[in-house]
Amino acid sequence: MKNIKALSVTASIMGLLAAPAVAGPDSDSLVINGELEMVTETAAPEHLDGAVGDTIYSGWRFRTDETQALQLDDFDNPAMLTVDKAIDYFNTVDGSEGKSCASCHEGPEEFAGLTASLPRVEDGKLVVLEDIINGHRAEVMGAEPWKWSGQDMQGMVALIGLQSRGMPVDVKIDGDAAPFWEQGKEMYYTRYGQLELSCANCHEQNYGNMIRADHLSQGQTNGFPVYRLKQAQLISKHNRFRGCIRDTRAETFAEGSDEFRALELYVASRGNGLSIETPAVRQ
Amino acid sequence: MKKMLVTAGLITAFALPLHAEMVAPTQVAFTDGAVEGSLTGTAGDPAAGRVIMNKGAGNCIACHMVSDLEEFPFHGDVGPSLDGVGDRWTEAELRGIVSNAKEMFPDTVMPSFYRTTDFVRPGNGFTGKAAEGELDPLLTAQQVEDVVSYLLTLKE
Ligand code: HEC
Ligand code: HEC
Repeated sequence: MKNIKALSVTASIMGLLAAPAVAGPDSDSLVINGELEMVTETAAPEHLDGAVGDTIYSGWRFRTDETQALQLDDFDNPAMLTVDKAIDYFNTVDGSEGKSCASCHEGPEEFAGLTASLPRVEDGKLVVLEDIINGHRAEVMGAEPWKWSGQDMQGMVALIGLQSRGMPVDVKIDGDAAPFWEQGKEMYYTRYGQLELSCANCHEQNYGNMIRADHLSQGQTNGFPVYRLKQAQLISKHNRFRGCIRDTRAETFAEGSDEFRALELYVASRGNGLSIETPAVRQ
Repeated sequence: MKKMLVTAGLITAFALPLHAEMVAPTQVAFTDGAVEGSLTGTAGDPAAGRVIMNKGAGNCIACHMVSDLEEFPFHGDVGPSLDGVGDRWTEAELRGIVSNAKEMFPDTVMPSFYRTTDFVRPGNGFTGKAAEGELDPLLTAQQVEDVVSYLLTLKE
């Protein structure tokens, strides 16, 4: 601090944060279809070392009642239309080999738990669900790869994620995942762009605060892909990352880049313990 | 007669650069986070500054609440309320804070509005693409002066 005034400003900010006028997460609880209870708040993972305080929260806790309501019942959840299309696709033959997903897999239920454990390392490579899906399309079905954030891809990511709904996020960060996790962590704290804002500046230091009209959450990924009402479609994690970095007046990374795979692992690990809510709904 | 003309000439010669020379973003001199002289030599226009608080590259109320700007919706609370900043800070200090807040508050989340170098992956505005060539500062020198003159009107 360069002078006394700067000190008193900091004191007044701390006062602001402590005051009840500043809205943090709300106290609502999320029970889907009247029976499936979600953990939207839990002890912060140890690796965070107190960086976000003691508690992590689902993004659902920062949304308005109207938006929250759309996640309470699958009949009201607009993402389910795209998920239904993915169910149809699951049984549809595609590609040069005359196969559908169902040729090899009994049904989507087979994938319970998969989304909760991704990304993970396979043969030295960090792999996310989009990689697995496009891998099977290319190698087994002889089908064209899907675009990363296209609705057929994200519909399938959502259908598979739905099988883990209610399970805690549980990604591995040690062993061969460690170097990827470190890379993602470094990105999370890098102040990108002409506005020089890191993920942590917004989602760690300022969650609960308003930035213009937006109520900042902890930027968790346990609800992804999320259905965004504004865009009326499913939004991938990498698309969200790209948007957040673009908003700092920075050159972003590409969807499907190794950088975003690493960031995806790191961000997922900050949510270890929260329930998978896929597909969540956002304004 | 000749002597008088020379004197007049000298005065203009001295006075002109003061008015015409703009301090470039890379040449701003900070003392304890403050910037003494005007960046442009032209007095700031508080009415123009008031508009910048809400719109465009300023967008200060994205992070700050300002009671005087009540007619504009959605004031953020990432930074402190700016009510009364005209009492709390001098003109030079406010010029320093708006030009490069990191001089006054190291590590602050507040962007540097009159700085053009040392960014990580600077973009071409909000396109997500790499910046081409030299960056423009977020605010022009005159816009900084306008904003500072507006901030000075915020008295309790
Ligand atoms: C300038 C502020 C800002 C920065 C910097 C920023 N974000 Fe965000 N982010 C937002 C806003 C605003 C939203 C929408 C409201 C919310 O959920 O916080 C958002 C939403 C998100 C979400 C969706 C959360 C949900 O529950 O739907 C994720 C994930 C996310 N950000 C990750 C990141 C990551 C990773 C970075 C860094 C690469 C980052 N953000 C940088 C402002 C920011
Ligand atoms: C991304 C957030 C952000 C934006 C945008 C922003 N500020 Fe700030 N500002 C802050 C924070 C945070 C502080 C508190 C200083 C610190 O970090 O210790 C601050 C401090 C200040 C102060 C000192 C406040 C006091 O009460 O003593 C002034 C004056 C100020 N800002 C003016 C502006 C102006 C003018 C603009 C726009 C041209 C602006 N800010 C844009 C975040 C922001």
